[in-house]
Amino acid sequence: MPALPLDEAGKYVAAAYLVFLALVLLYVAIMASKLSRIERELGELSELADRSPAPGEPAREEQPVA
Amino acid sequence: MSPARALLAKDLRAELRARQSVPAMALFSVTAFVIFHFGLDRATIEGDLASGVLWVTVLLAALLGINRLFVAEEEEGGFDGFLLAPVDRTAMLVAKAAALLLYLLLVELVAIPAFALLLLGPGLGQALPELLAVVLLVDVGIAAVGTLVAALAVHARARELLVPLLALPLLLPVLIGAARATTPLLLATGAEPVPGRWLGVLGLYDMVFGLLAYALFDFLLED
Amino acid sequence: MYGRGLRPLSIATVLALIGAFSLVFFYAPNDADQGFVQKIFYVHVPMAIVALGGFVFGAIMAIQHLRTGDRRYDMRSYVAIHLSIILGLGVLVTGSIWARASWGHWWVWDEPTLVSFLIVFLLFSCYQPLRFSIEDPERQARYASVFAITAGAFVPLNFLAVRLAQAYTHPRVLGTTGGDMPGSMRVTFLLSLVAMALLFTTLGKYEMASKHAGQQLRALRARLAAQATAR
Repeated sequence: MPALPLDEAGKYVAAAYLVFLALVLLYVAIMASKLSRIERELGELSELADRSPAPGEPAREEQPVA
Repeated sequence: MSPARALLAKDLRAELRARQSVPAMALFSVTAFVIFHFGLDRATIEGDLASGVLWVTVLLAALLGINRLFVAEEEEGGFDGFLLAPVDRTAMLVAKAAALLLYLLLVELVAIPAFALLLLGPGLGQALPELLAVVLLVDVGIAAVGTLVAALAVHARARELLVPLLALPLLLPVLIGAARATTPLLLATGAEPVPGRWLGVLGLYDMVFGLLAYALFDFLLED
Repeated sequence: MYGRGLRPLSIATVLALIGAFSLVFFYAPNDADQGFVQKIFYVHVPMAIVALGGFVFGAIMAIQHLRTGDRRYDMRSYVAIHLSIILGLGVLVTGSIWARASWGHWWVWDEPTLVSFLIVFLLFSCYQPLRFSIEDPERQARYASVFAITAGAFVPLNFLAVRLAQAYTHPRVLGTTGGDMPGSMRVTFLLSLVAMALLFTTLGKYEMASKHAGQQLRALRARLAAQATAR
């Protein structure tokens, strides 16, 4: 097949490079969702750490033996 | 008796008693030939078409055998029993691969004559010795890779789906080698010698994957 | 730490990519036979080379994992294979576009490298389904490594077999002017290859850092939960 004229060829070349770009951006999007999940879990963890007493403090449940 | 031989004997006895894999594989092959007759709408085929039909059928039949290879061990706790025994773990690999090889040879004993009867145009007579050489090389390759894939899939969910997906691409060089090697043997104009390069490819494949399976099998059995 | 060095690496990747694509469109000459369409070569082939390299790297990491039992090797293996599969998809799509533009069909069986690549891609696509169908994490990592090594050994054999199978049928369809590339094309190609390899490394490090952070997070959560119940 003879070489395509430039306007036709341009579309195919553009499509190929766009595929490459799309894959990279898709990957970035996947990583972004993973990162936001990590951020959310970190938030939950810091809440958890705030609620429970720090180690070394007397536990609130201790009762003297009557 | 060496442990591999003992395991092989046990497997063969079980197969003989239950008669599961080999008859199913053989029956599948013959049915496949009938399907091909109707699918291709041909009374006889020869050359590269015949070669392709034969080896694709053998490959798909092999999948049936591979699927069932470790099932008994997994269902009945045979793995744990084996791991407790003070034997080299690759003995199980050798035994299972030998069993699969034997099953394949038995199936081909039925399938190749059936193929010659049902679909093949030219006769098999003078091509037979070279065909047998190809068959042997192919079966060793399928046995090695099939056993490895069977072991990989045995602990996975959806085992029967995974086996074809893993095995078929891996066995593609075997199919290519087998089909290209057998084509000159099945020509309508009379059998021609097999090009040596394909026997070389099959041999190389057998060697590489045989060694690889032998080296990796241990890691699949650890617990 | 995986995040270390990530910023200079990303900057280098961006510069290399921009440099490479500039060369592609402003410097490299048009191919005598295929015309402008040949420019696809500069994105298709580097992706293919890096993807195959990634598969082989994944196999090597898998060997190390089995030898040492260190789970970090397994993670590297997983990330490398996972990235290579994504790149592999790109290789097949750009290859198809190239085939359509220069030969009129969306797929050609005559191009042995593309066909071999399809087979390798189909094989490695089973890697993740295999991993996720095995529940025990330690076993999952071990079996995945065995598969990665088998598939890695398969790659050269596959290319050999397919190349031999096509040898007598058709000449190469997707290539450049004969075997001699003019120097300007060669430079452009090399820079594209370097850029693609840098991209792979950057994205790989990025993913490993993220996975590592996730693992540490889970371990921390477990520890905090244990502390809370111990009181």
